[in-house]
Amino acid sequence: MTKPLGSFPGGLVLDGQKKRSTHVSIRKTPLSKTLILPLQQHIGEASTPIVKVGDTVLKGQKIARAEGHVSVYLHAPSSGVITAIDDQAIPHPSGLSALCITIKTDSEDRWIDLQETPDFTRLSEHDIRHKIREAGIVGLGGAGFPSFIKLNPGVHHHVETLIINGVECEPYITCDDMIMRERADGILDGIEIMRYALRVQNCVIVIEDNKPEAISAMELALKRRQSQFQNTSIVIIPTRYPTGSEKQLIQVVTGKQVPSHGLPIDIGIVCHNVGTSYAIGRAIIHGEPLISRIVTVTGTDVKHAGNFETLLGTPMHELLSFCETQRETDEPFILGGPMMGYNLSGDHLPITKTANCILVGVDNAAPKREPLPCIRCGDCATACPVSLLPQQLYWYSRSKDLEKTREYNLFDCIECGCCSYVCPSEIPLVHYFRFAKTETMTQELETEKADTARLRHENRLERHEAEKKEKEERQRQRKLALAATKAAKEKAEAEKANASESSTDNQET
Amino acid sequence: MPLSRLSSPFLSGPSRVTLHMIQLLFALVPAVIALVYFFGPSVLITMTLAIVTALFTEAVMLKLRNRPLEPFLTDGSAVVTAVLLAIALPPLAPWWLTVIGIVFAIIFAKHLYGGLGYNPFNPAMVAYVLLLISFPLEMTTWLPVTELSTSPLGFSAAFQAIFTGQLSTGLGFDTISGATPLDAMKTQIGLSLHPSYISEQPLFGVLAGKGWESINLLFALGGAFLIYRRVISWHIPVAMLLGLFSISLVTWSVAPETTASPLFHLLSGGTMLGAFFIATDPVTAATTIKGRLVFGAGVGLLTYIIRVWGGYPDGVAFAVLIMNMLVPLIDYYTQPKVYGG
Repeated sequence: MTKPLGSFPGGLVLDGQKKRSTHVSIRKTPLSKTLILPLQQHIGEASTPIVKVGDTVLKGQKIARAEGHVSVYLHAPSSGVITAIDDQAIPHPSGLSALCITIKTDSEDRWIDLQETPDFTRLSEHDIRHKIREAGIVGLGGAGFPSFIKLNPGVHHHVETLIINGVECEPYITCDDMIMRERADGILDGIEIMRYALRVQNCVIVIEDNKPEAISAMELALKRRQSQFQNTSIVIIPTRYPTGSEKQLIQVVTGKQVPSHGLPIDIGIVCHNVGTSYAIGRAIIHGEPLISRIVTVTGTDVKHAGNFETLLGTPMHELLSFCETQRETDEPFILGGPMMGYNLSGDHLPITKTANCILVGVDNAAPKREPLPCIRCGDCATACPVSLLPQQLYWYSRSKDLEKTREYNLFDCIECGCCSYVCPSEIPLVHYFRFAKTETMTQELETEKADTARLRHENRLERHEAEKKEKEERQRQRKLALAATKAAKEKAEAEKANASESSTDNQET
Repeated sequence: MPLSRLSSPFLSGPSRVTLHMIQLLFALVPAVIALVYFFGPSVLITMTLAIVTALFTEAVMLKLRNRPLEPFLTDGSAVVTAVLLAIALPPLAPWWLTVIGIVFAIIFAKHLYGGLGYNPFNPAMVAYVLLLISFPLEMTTWLPVTELSTSPLGFSAAFQAIFTGQLSTGLGFDTISGATPLDAMKTQIGLSLHPSYISEQPLFGVLAGKGWESINLLFALGGAFLIYRRVISWHIPVAMLLGLFSISLVTWSVAPETTASPLFHLLSGGTMLGAFFIATDPVTAATTIKGRLVFGAGVGLLTYIIRVWGGYPDGVAFAVLIMNMLVPLIDYYTQPKVYGG
C-alpha cells in the first residue's frame, strides 16, 4: 500500500449515497425477450453489421465488425434470431436515433465455442490487443474508448506506470465498488494481461477511502498472488470528487500533470478502469467477448437498488421494473452519475457498454428556479479542479464571445459540474460551457466548409480561366493552321495555275 | 426528488445568495451593538430608514426594468447596501442625507448598470463618496463617544435630531459634535503635535480612538465569522490589512514624530468595516486568488495614502472605488495556470 503523491485544486466532498446499492451482491438481470444493440457503443467509427435479418446467432457470436482503426467488434449477448437492422432510439442526451441490431432471444442462451487461453504469455502483445479488439472491449468507466488502443504505446512512448482506476468518485454509482468486492481475482487477471501487453512493471490500483470492503478484497487477492504482483500496489486516496477523472487521478497518484491537449501516455502513464480490467481478463483467459456489464440501479425512487450484471441491449424498463422503481411515465431519469450523467425520458432504450448507472430520483436535486445573476463570488473558481475561471467563461459564453472563451481555456473544461454545484446563484454553468463548446465546433466546421468551398470556387475559376486560355490558344492555332492551309492551298492553286499555264504554254509551243 | 435541470450536474449545493447576505448581516450585529453603545441609538434609526428606502427604490427600479420582484427583493443585496451605508454615515445624519445616499446607490450605482451582479462599483461606497463630496459638513459632523458627551442623546432625541435637524435643547449640532480620532490625529499632527502626545487626550483609548477601537475589533470578529462560514475568503481582508499595516509601519519607523502608529490605523475609522465587509463585496472585487491579494493590498495602501496625504480624514471609500476600477485589469493579469498548461 502506497500513499498518493499529489493533489489537485478545488473539487468537492459530496454525499456519496453509495450504501443504497451496496448491501446486496451483484445479481443477474433476467434475460430479455429482445435485445437492441446500437452499432456505436464506443468512441470512434460505428461497427458494420455482418449479419442479416433472419440470421440465427449464438451467444457471443460476432454480429458487427470494427470499421476503421478506432472501432471494435460487437457480439450477440444471447442466442436468438436477428429481427431487424434499422434506426432506433439510442441512449443519448439529444434523443438521437442510430442504426441498431435487434435480436429476438430464444431463451436457450447457447454459447459459441469459446477459445480459452489460460496461459496468455503464449500470445504476442499484438495478438492480445487484437483479441481485445475482437472481444469488443471499450473503457467501461463511462467514456467507451476502445481499450486495445490504450494498450498500444507505440514505439515512441515508454510506459512507466499502469494505473487501475477503482476510484468511482461520482455519488450513487457503485458498479466498480461491487466488482472489486466480488471479482478481485478477475480484475487481477486483467491487470496481468495489460502489464504484459504494455511491457510495464509498475502498477497501482487506486481506490477511494470510502470503499473499505473493496480495498480489503483487492488487498486479499493481491496477497494471495503476491509472487506475480511484485510491483503492484494499492493506493488509497481521500474521497473527493472528481478524483476519478483520469487527469485528476494522475495528478493525485503521481503528482504530475498531463500536458494540456496531451494524453497520459505522454508522461508514461496508462489508465484503465477496474471493470475494463475484469472484461479483459474474461476475454483473454476465458475467451468471452464483452456482452454484458454491471449496471448500478439506484436513486431515491428505486425500491430494490443494487448492481446487476446485465446483457447489453436489455431495455432499461425491464431493469427498472425488476428493481421496482416508482417512476411516472416520462419522468426523466439519469444515465450515469448525478454530476456528469445525462437525463433520459424514454425507458425503452437499451443498456450499452458505457451505461454504468441508472439513477431515478436524487436528494438535493437542483431546484427549478430561475437562476439569479452571477455575483462573481468566485466559489466556482475555487471549486474548479482544472483551475479555470468559470464565472468569466460564463460571461463570455453568454455573450457568445467564443474567441474569449478559448482564451480562457474553455476546452480544458472537463464538465465535472463542480462549478454549477457550488454556485450560490444556481446558474447551470456547465450547460453554458457545453453550448459554447458545440458552438465553437460548429463554427470551426462552418469555417472549414467555407474554406473548402472557397478553395473549390477558386480552383474552378482557375480551371475555367485555363480552359478559356486553352480554347483561345486552340482557336488561334486553328486559325493559324487554317490560314496556313489556306495560304498553302492558294499557293498550290497558284502553282497549279502556273503549271497549267506553262503546260498550256508548252502545249501551245 | 424529480429532476428539473436539463443537463448535468443535477445536484446543487447548499450555498445561496440570500444565505450569504443574511450571514453577512448577522456578522455585523456585534459591531452595531457597540455603535449603539458608544454613539447612541441613532444608527438604528438611520438603518431602518435606509432599509425602507432601499427596498422601496429597489422595487420601483425592478418594476421600471420589467424584472420580477420576488427573487430580487428577497436576495438581500439592497438591505446589505442600506445597512453598510447606515453604519458608515455619521450618527446624526439628517434623514434626507440617508435618503439621497440610498436612492443614488440603488438607482445609479446598481440598477443603471444592470442590477445585482453587474455593478462595477460598490453601491454603498458610491453613495458615501457622493454624500461626502456634496455635503461635507453633514458628513463630518460626528458625535464624541457617549461617555465623553456632556449630554448623550436618547432614542427620541436622536429621532428628533435626524428628522427635524434640531436638538431638544434647542442648541445647534455643533455644540455636541466633535472630531473623530482619525480627524483629530490628522489636524493636530498638522499643528506639529507629537502623535504620542495627541493620543493622551480623552478622545483616545488604549490602542486607537476610544470606542472606535472596540468597534473595529468587533467588525474584525464579524469578519472572522464570515471567513469561517466561507461567505468571504481571507485573501482580501488579510491583504488589505497587511497593505495598510506595512505602509504605516514604514512611515512610522521613519518618522514617528509625524505619523500615527500602524495599530492606530488598523483600528481607526472604517478600516475593519472596509476590510471585511466592503472590499470583500464579491460583485465589485477581483475574483482570482492572486487578484484578490493585489486588490486588497491596493485598498490598504490607498486608504493610508488618502488618510495621511489626502484631503479627507478617512480613505477607505475612495480606496475601494479606485480599486474597483482596476478589477478587470487585475483579473485579466492574474488568471490561474490551467491544469497541464
